[in-house]
Amino acid sequence: MNAREDSVSKPAAAPAARANQPEDVEHSLYEVRRKIYPRAVHGWFAGWRWALVWFTQLVFYGTPWLTWNDRQAVLFDLTARKFYIFGLVFWPQDIIYLTVLLVLSALSLFLFTAVAGRLWCGYACPQTVYTEIFLWIERKIEGDRNAQQKLDASPLSARKFALKSTKHAAWIAVALWTGFTFVGYFTPIRYLGTEVITSTLGPWETFWILFYGFATYGNAGWMREQVCKYMCPYARFQSAMFDKDTLVITYDAQRGEPRGSRSKKVDPRAKGLGDCVDCGVCVQVCPTGIDIRKGLQYECIGCAACVDGCNQIMDRMGYSRGLIRYTTQNGLERQLAPKQIWARVLRPRVLIYTAILLALAITAATMLALRIPLKVDVIRDRGALAREVEDGYIENTYRLQIMNTAEQTRRFEIAVHGIDTIALATPPTLELAGATTRAAVVRVRVAPGKAQPGSNRMEFVVRALDDESIKVNERAIFMVPR
Amino acid sequence: MADFVNDVVSLYIAIITIVSIVACGVLLWAMSSMRTSGTSVETTGHAWDENLAEFNNPLPRWWLWLFWITIAFSFVYLALYPGLGSFKGVLGWSQAAQYDEEMKQADATVGPIFQKYAAMPVEQVAGDPAARAIGERLFLNYCASCHGSDARGAKGFPNLADADSLYGNTPEAIKTSIADGRSGVMPPLGAAIGNDDNILDVAHYVLSLSQSNHEPARADRGKEKFALCAACHGADGKGNPQLGAPNLTDKVWLYGSGADAIVTAIKQGRNNRMPAHKDFLGDAKVHMLAAYVWSLSRNP
Repeated sequence: MNAREDSVSKPAAAPAARANQPEDVEHSLYEVRRKIYPRAVHGWFAGWRWALVWFTQLVFYGTPWLTWNDRQAVLFDLTARKFYIFGLVFWPQDIIYLTVLLVLSALSLFLFTAVAGRLWCGYACPQTVYTEIFLWIERKIEGDRNAQQKLDASPLSARKFALKSTKHAAWIAVALWTGFTFVGYFTPIRYLGTEVITSTLGPWETFWILFYGFATYGNAGWMREQVCKYMCPYARFQSAMFDKDTLVITYDAQRGEPRGSRSKKVDPRAKGLGDCVDCGVCVQVCPTGIDIRKGLQYECIGCAACVDGCNQIMDRMGYSRGLIRYTTQNGLERQLAPKQIWARVLRPRVLIYTAILLALAITAATMLALRIPLKVDVIRDRGALAREVEDGYIENTYRLQIMNTAEQTRRFEIAVHGIDTIALATPPTLELAGATTRAAVVRVRVAPGKAQPGSNRMEFVVRALDDESIKVNERAIFMVPR
Repeated sequence: MADFVNDVVSLYIAIITIVSIVACGVLLWAMSSMRTSGTSVETTGHAWDENLAEFNNPLPRWWLWLFWITIAFSFVYLALYPGLGSFKGVLGWSQAAQYDEEMKQADATVGPIFQKYAAMPVEQVAGDPAARAIGERLFLNYCASCHGSDARGAKGFPNLADADSLYGNTPEAIKTSIADGRSGVMPPLGAAIGNDDNILDVAHYVLSLSQSNHEPARADRGKEKFALCAACHGADGKGNPQLGAPNLTDKVWLYGSGADAIVTAIKQGRNNRMPAHKDFLGDAKVHMLAAYVWSLSRNP
């Protein structure tokens, strides 16, 4: 309570001192975003990021245009509840593969993060990739960091208006194409293209193209680092996956401090200076606007732009590279050589992640390879358990939900086993078109006295007539009245 | 509106809702800025447990706008849609109306298919494989829970796949059964026939009609009393499809065969009902189902 009384009594206690104290001022408790103008950077890591931009975007924009068996190669048909991925067709019953895919993704994230921090964030995350594309467009139109800052500070002029509107038009074009491509994964993209041209888009197609386009434009053009800082949960729990041997982008303070500007000809040791020339390039290139020299921060997305930036300066100064570099906490504290640092990558955590990841990937691949394009569900009739037919035979009725998950038409044969004299009383074969389902009603008979009163185990075997390997065994119950 | 006992409750809820939203806005406004004498805000001014203070780590300003947008959204939503007490909203949206709208759209899609078949006579529809597939799916959905997936029925639920039919195996009779339902009543006749022995005699006579296992002596005695049954089942026991009275000369038994089942029927009567489906399914689906059911006894 003391603290509260203090705070209450403070203004009242010093009426005399008020004269030379500033007036009470209204402060906003919310922070206005200050635009960050990341400077263009070239180098080894920037090259990698661009390679990944090309790779991910060629895959994203290109895939919907591929065809396979006279249909779109990758198509998520939500209305028909079927996902086509090249030769595979996934039905809602295959949700396990989606689960496995998500588990694999999560485990990969853990593995990569344990080895080298936020690799995903820095190189492959759509937020980074699209921001990189949008930044490139911005630089092509408005110029680099200094030119952009100058333009933003200048009053509105015809030139400024022209530049800004060109930039936004280019951004919107990319964003709309992205939205169109995204929806093209759910509606066949060639058909969608025709719909756009003839303006016959459905309301939901229009909505999702605009929504996804707006999200691209807003996130990559306007929000940028705000997404990583205030929306993405990953930034907040990454530290749980870091350890002292995780490679992170670090400023070597021992080597760099005390920092200070100096001429290229001066020997820094004589002046009592470290290697950091305090040029500020590492801050200028940072897309999240932080100073890496203050140590690892949650805002750092691990893009290594500061590494490339600093290396350029070190080259120019004639110092050795790597004042800012990928290294580990142990590496810095114990002055480990790069070889020793790399040797520590193979530590239990990494090995366990790798082992689980590999085991799961192999299991999933095996499951996929052995997948049978036929599913059968046996549903017993509930209204009547059993009935007596000619010559005292007992008859049960079942509904077999047969799903032909392949894309070609097939004939299937139904057989029953498990009880002496058990036989079908309905035609044993039926034909199903590709990717269709049919509820086949079958009657099964057993001769009198061959089965126990009550429930008896039996089995349905459904097999394709053209392919021995396509066969499903389903267990069921045959009821005999007491 | 049934959710509220009376208008006062509705008003009470509406006031609470509005006051809560306004309070959120007031709180947001009050907490968005602060007066201090310094150049910046160090802590929010609260101190707990003597010295535990909350530092000011400013939220991004666009969050503030998100908060305001949600508040504005809630007012717009409450004005357009039901949510404020019993106020129905300007748009007049309701779940029932949405359901009707979606059903209308579905009918517009599948309607023409049904219309095509509705214009054809039942016999012709029954011969169309596509119509048969539709009929089968409809049957599995609406009829199979009582009559079985294979339409062969169960005790008390007639077999639809045989040629025997209580009300006549004609397309019209089947259609009437589905559309308007049937009420099959056999009155209890035990007292009118006599004592238990007399009843058993009649039961054996009934069994003799279908050459089922019976005692000829009892059957002879029961023949005279059968006159009472003949009113509905006919003097020859062949039944009457006008009344739904079963044919007793065949071996089709709706409630099971044997003297016991017949004795029970005489003593207690039988009361059975097929519900009407006309309002629920509509004429077009009834037509399709009639064709499917009619086809069952022809191409098993």
